[in-house]
Amino acid sequence: MSHLEIELKSLKEEIISMWKLVNTQFEKTHIALTSLDKDLAREVIAVEKRVNGAELKIDKDCENIFALFSPVAVDLRFVLAVLKINNNLERTGDIAEGIAKFIISVDQSFDHSLLEKTRFMLMYKEVLTMLNEVLTSFEQEDTRMARKIFERDELLDEINIQANAITADYIRSNPERIDQALYLLSIIRKLERVGDQCKNMAEELIFYVEAKVLKHAAGKSVN
Amino acid sequence: MNSIISTRFLNLYYNEFHALKGITMDIQPNTVAALIGPSGCGKSTFLRLFNRMNDLIDGVKITGDVLVNGKDIYADVLDVVELRRTVGMVFQKPNPFPKSIFENVAYGMRVNGITDNQYIAEKVEESLRQAALWDEVKDKLKKSAFEISGGQQQRLCIARALAIEPKILLMDEPASALDPISSAKIEELIWELKKDYTIMIVTHNLQQAGRVSDTTAFFYLGELVEYGDTKEIFTQPKDKKTQNYITGRFG
Repeated sequence: MSHLEIELKSLKEEIISMWKLVNTQFEKTHIALTSLDKDLAREVIAVEKRVNGAELKIDKDCENIFALFSPVAVDLRFVLAVLKINNNLERTGDIAEGIAKFIISVDQSFDHSLLEKTRFMLMYKEVLTMLNEVLTSFEQEDTRMARKIFERDELLDEINIQANAITADYIRSNPERIDQALYLLSIIRKLERVGDQCKNMAEELIFYVEAKVLKHAAGKSVN
Repeated sequence: MNSIISTRFLNLYYNEFHALKGITMDIQPNTVAALIGPSGCGKSTFLRLFNRMNDLIDGVKITGDVLVNGKDIYADVLDVVELRRTVGMVFQKPNPFPKSIFENVAYGMRVNGITDNQYIAEKVEESLRQAALWDEVKDKLKKSAFEISGGQQQRLCIARALAIEPKILLMDEPASALDPISSAKIEELIWELKKDYTIMIVTHNLQQAGRVSDTTAFFYLGELVEYGDTKEIFTQPKDKKTQNYITGRFG
C-alpha cells in the first residue's frame, strides 16, 4: 500500500468514526425525546464538542493530503467528498444538539395525539434509518443504496409541509400547549434539514465513486 | 478546427519490437499537449516522430500517416531540414553549443544562410525575450553559454529553437534536470509560448503535465490508452489504466 493509500484509508476511518458518533447523538436524542430524559439530552450537548473536534481534525487531514500528495482522479474526488461530508456531519451534529436543548426546555412530554397527527415518530425513525443507510453506503461504496436516500427524503419533505397546518389546528384547539407545539414544529424543521444533509452526503458518495455531479439535478434516483 | 499535428493508424517498429501501436491522434494549433506514461511506453518515440529524429536509429520502420500542417512528413519528397525549421526541439538536458550566448541563438539563422547582422541581432533579442531570458543575459551576450545556470541554459536552448521561427515545439522532459524555481520558469514560459506555438511535451512530472497542458495523452506499452482534455484526464479519467497510472498505483 502506497503512502497516499495509507493516508486515504486513515481518512476514511476517521470520517466513519465521526459519522458513527453523530448517528449515536441522534439515537440518544431520540431516546431523550421519547422518555423526556433531560440527563441524556445534556450528555448529547456535552458530546457535541467531540463532533466539532473531529470536524477540525478531518479538515486538517484533508488540507495536508492536498498539500503533500496532490491527489488526482478518484483520490481527489474522495478527499473532496470527505471534506464536504465532514461539513454535513458537523451540521447534523449541531442539529442533534439543538434538539437536545429543546428537550431540556420543555416541561412535559409531548402530547401523544400531536405526535401521531404530525407523524413525528415516523419522521424521526426515517431520519435514523437514513443516517445509518448513508453511512453503510459510504462504508461499502454502494451507490445504489445511496440513491435510495433521495426517495426517503421525499417522505420527510412531505411530513414537514403538512406539519404547519396540523400544528396550527392543534394550537387553535389547545392554546395552553402553544409552547410545546412550537417546539415540536421546530424539531420537525430540524429533522427535515437532517434529511437534506443525508441527501447531500449521498450525492458526495456518488460523486466520489461514479464521478457524477447530482447536485441541483432533477430525477436523481433514476440514473 | 484543423489539427496542426495528426497521426493516423501510426505504427513504429524498432526491428521486431512494436514500439507504437496504431496511434491516431490530433493536436490543435496553439495548444500544449502533454505525453505521459511509464518509462518505455513510447511517448518519447512518439514525440520524436514529428521532426523525424527516429530516422537516425537503425531498424526503424514506420507505417501509417504522420501529418504536420496537413502534409505527410514521411513522404519521399519532404525536405527534413525544412521540416526541422517548422518543428523545433528542446531536450531533457540543456545542450548549448560551446559558443557565446548570442551565437547560440544566432546559430540557426546563420546555418540557414541569413547574413543580415542587424536582422540577426534583432531576432536574437526577440527570441531571448520570448524565452524570458533577455533581462538576465542582455549584458553578457558575448560570454560563453556555459557560464549561465542550468535553468538559464535551458531557456537559452528554447530561445535558440524559437529563433528560426518554428510553428511547433517538441519538448522532451525540458524541466526534469532543473531546480524547482527554474522548472517553474520553464512552465510559465510554456504557458506564454502557446500563444504563438503549438507545443508537445513529454513529462514524468504529472503535476507539471496538469499545470501546463491543455490536452494529455496517456501511453502504455506502445498504445495510446487515453487522450483528452487535461482537466478530464486528471479528475475523471475514462480508462482504469489511466486512473491507476495517474494515482500512482502502477508505473
